[in-house]
Amino acid sequence: MTDIKLSDQKLSIDAAYASVHDPACGGIVLFIGTIRNHNKGKTVTHLDFESYAPMAIKEMTRIAEKAKSEHKLQAVTLHHRVGNLAIGDIAVIIAVSSHHRKAAFTGCEQVIDELKEHVPIWKKEFLEDGSYWVNARP
Amino acid sequence: MEKITLLCFGVARDITGAGNVSLHLRPRPSVADVRQQLIADYPAFGELVSFAIARNEEYADPDEVVENGDVLAIIPPVSGG
Repeated sequence: MTDIKLSDQKLSIDAAYASVHDPACGGIVLFIGTIRNHNKGKTVTHLDFESYAPMAIKEMTRIAEKAKSEHKLQAVTLHHRVGNLAIGDIAVIIAVSSHHRKAAFTGCEQVIDELKEHVPIWKKEFLEDGSYWVNARP
Repeated sequence: MEKITLLCFGVARDITGAGNVSLHLRPRPSVADVRQQLIADYPAFGELVSFAIARNEEYADPDEVVENGDVLAIIPPVSGG
């Protein structure tokens, strides 16, 4: 099972956990990406996430399905937030369940790595003295 | 000449000043032609780390041909997660 969501509402760790919970599984790995208050030595005040929603959903689904089949996972959940986020807010939750722990760790890491590389979501970082789109310019 | 419209997100929207941008190209251009025209019209795209073109909500290869009715988008370097 895969559960994919792009939302402008607060993400729920409980909901993500419940979505992958399965009596056949001996391990669940959760990755929770949060907004930190600094980047490259500067103070970050808040962030804005924008997405190309229909394509983002397609890519998130492809990545989750791929990890699930490559690592024989029981379930993969991938929830990403969009809109205006404050320091400490949850930007992304990945939940993975499998019969044994190793596949769950590996699968979860693969999902966040591939998300960061391929999913059309963009982060604008607001600093005390301006703002910029992360990764856009050299 | 044909009008080709691309959706703009993130830094692409800042560069073009709008949520979409129109280019004038010969009919049935390749994705590479679209990229080239975009940089000719908006040189700032050449200053980005990279950018991709999506065709019908999937990453497009440079040699793909753009057909009438395709939905195109500029995909600047992504930064989700």
